[in-house]
Amino acid sequence: MGDAANVAGSLRARLALTLIGGAAGLAVLLFFVVRSYAAQIAQQGQDSILQASVTSILDAAILRDGVLEVDFPYAAFSILSTDQDDRVFYAIHQDERLLSGYEALPKIDPKLGNGVSHASTTINGTSVRSAAAARTLVGADARTRVTVTVAQTQEALAVTLNRISRNVALFGTGFFFLSVLVASWATSTTIRPLERLTDSITRRGPKDLSPVSQPVPLEMGRMVTSLNSLMGRLDTSLKQSEDFIAEAAHRVRTPLATVRSYAETTLQRVEREENRQALRAMVRAIDESSRAAGQLLDHAMITFRADHLEREELDLVVLVQDLVTRLTPIAEMKDIALTVVSPPNVAVSGDPILLQNALRNLVDNALKYSPVESEIVIEVRSEPGPCVIVQDEGPGFPPDQMTTLAARFSRGDNAKGIIGSGLGLTIAQDVAHAHGGTLVLNNREKGGACVTFSV
Amino acid sequence: MKFLLVEDNLELANAVSARLQMDGHVVDHADRIADASAFVDTGDYDLILLDIMLPDGDGRTFLKQHRAGKNDTPVIVLTARSQVSDRISMLDLGADDYVTKPFDHEELQARCRAVLRRNAGNAQPDIRLGDVTLDPVAGQLKIGTQVVTLRNRELRLLELLINAPGQIFSKAKLADRLFSYDEDASENAIEVYIGRLRRHLETSTLRITTLRGLGYRLDHG
Repeated sequence: MGDAANVAGSLRARLALTLIGGAAGLAVLLFFVVRSYAAQIAQQGQDSILQASVTSILDAAILRDGVLEVDFPYAAFSILSTDQDDRVFYAIHQDERLLSGYEALPKIDPKLGNGVSHASTTINGTSVRSAAAARTLVGADARTRVTVTVAQTQEALAVTLNRISRNVALFGTGFFFLSVLVASWATSTTIRPLERLTDSITRRGPKDLSPVSQPVPLEMGRMVTSLNSLMGRLDTSLKQSEDFIAEAAHRVRTPLATVRSYAETTLQRVEREENRQALRAMVRAIDESSRAAGQLLDHAMITFRADHLEREELDLVVLVQDLVTRLTPIAEMKDIALTVVSPPNVAVSGDPILLQNALRNLVDNALKYSPVESEIVIEVRSEPGPCVIVQDEGPGFPPDQMTTLAARFSRGDNAKGIIGSGLGLTIAQDVAHAHGGTLVLNNREKGGACVTFSV
Repeated sequence: MKFLLVEDNLELANAVSARLQMDGHVVDHADRIADASAFVDTGDYDLILLDIMLPDGDGRTFLKQHRAGKNDTPVIVLTARSQVSDRISMLDLGADDYVTKPFDHEELQARCRAVLRRNAGNAQPDIRLGDVTLDPVAGQLKIGTQVVTLRNRELRLLELLINAPGQIFSKAKLADRLFSYDEDASENAIEVYIGRLRRHLETSTLRITTLRGLGYRLDHG
């Protein structure tokens, strides 16, 4: 049993990835939005200073006797000073002719009227921000148009922007990690009811098919309803098949019992040897079929229960003594003594039904193969681990088959004429394995089989 | 012994009754719980053989009522269920023992004897012949003041012979009663047990006579 589910993807991973991925996306977006907003604000600051500078220079331009004079106010450049010693360029054009300043400064067309226009350009590969404004001076007999352009490199701005970027990145990372925490918390909170349900179903005993009654979240409601209905159907069909098996066993075994009883009674009345042999063969065949049917059912039951051991605290000695009481009448028929050697008690944790079945099979085997008027010693030990050793005075195991006898339907070469299904040792071994123990077959030095069943 | 057989399958009931009567037992048959309860109330039984699946209910219900009524007649369940868990629940309900159908009559007898031995209050009458007294439940043979405990097979053999003195039993018939069907039962093995019985009966008035080619006969006097 225990088939692993066909697993494709993980809800937890999907939920966590979605949440964390979303948080990461948001963090990056936040970074870019805040940075570009900061850049914009810083740019506006630079622009307004440049504008003030341009305006103050332009205001100082006068037309004296038809000649243009510009007396730079000191403040026009001092307001542009920065920590980073940004360089400042200027150019004054009268009409289209450069009057003063830096010739390479790219000229931008100022807006008409008194407006100041801004542009980002480069000078010798260095990016600069420039502002330009123009003014028309009217003299006695002349009109002239003065254009002032002031540009400034952007190192201070870049530094400020970097600082802001760093802070925003830090903030974004912090936001991201916080989101990861929240995401994992949210994921496990969401997944927890699912895990609780899984646990409660896993912990169930092999026959517990009652509906799930614990409260579950709305979204799991439909699944649990389907699960409950499935378990209900399973329970019904299990009960039906149990009833069916019981009924079938009754229907089959009762007539077999009739036949066997008549055969036994008739055997006492008939004299002819061939009739007697036929009746004996009939009884043997009935015993064989009923034993095989019983063992097959037991084996199926054990396979079923071994997956889900219903462990109890047991006394192995009590278990063995009950078994011996039960088997003594059969042993007496062959005048076989069943001797129990044991300490007062040996505690084990195990499934009582499985252990009884396994031990019964071992003692049954010993009884079948023991000669008349012999002894079967059943020893219970607590050291090194709890174990039961069954020793008989029969023919023992064929040495070359010792390792294969516990296989299903395998019987020893010396089992001819003895009724058996070949499942007894298999059952005992399966039970031992289910309890984490072993079944070891041996022959005694002075003859006879010795089986050690440890759990 | 007096048996109450509760079994709804008439064929099986007849077969089992015939087999038990062959051994000199008295058998009453009930095919439903109601009848069984009536029988138990009026008759004094040594043992009840109880089937589990009955037309008017579960044999376990009868078992519970029976035990609740402080009736201590031992019950051996005849079950068709072979699964261990079912068998265990039978004992928990107060059955003294169980046999799984189809059952070996020798085993059933052995179990009856074991159950009666455990319920010591239920004294069975001894079998007397000549100066010999046989207690089949305890397996004790008394000759005058001398008491011998017989082995199981010696007991079963003597029981057969002592219940039918003067009757000839062939070796084959005795072997069929004594040995299980899967045993490699040689008829010569019977001679061993006859020999032992002869030694036990040496001081008594009983004699086991060999009739060449026919078998054995128990004579007394």
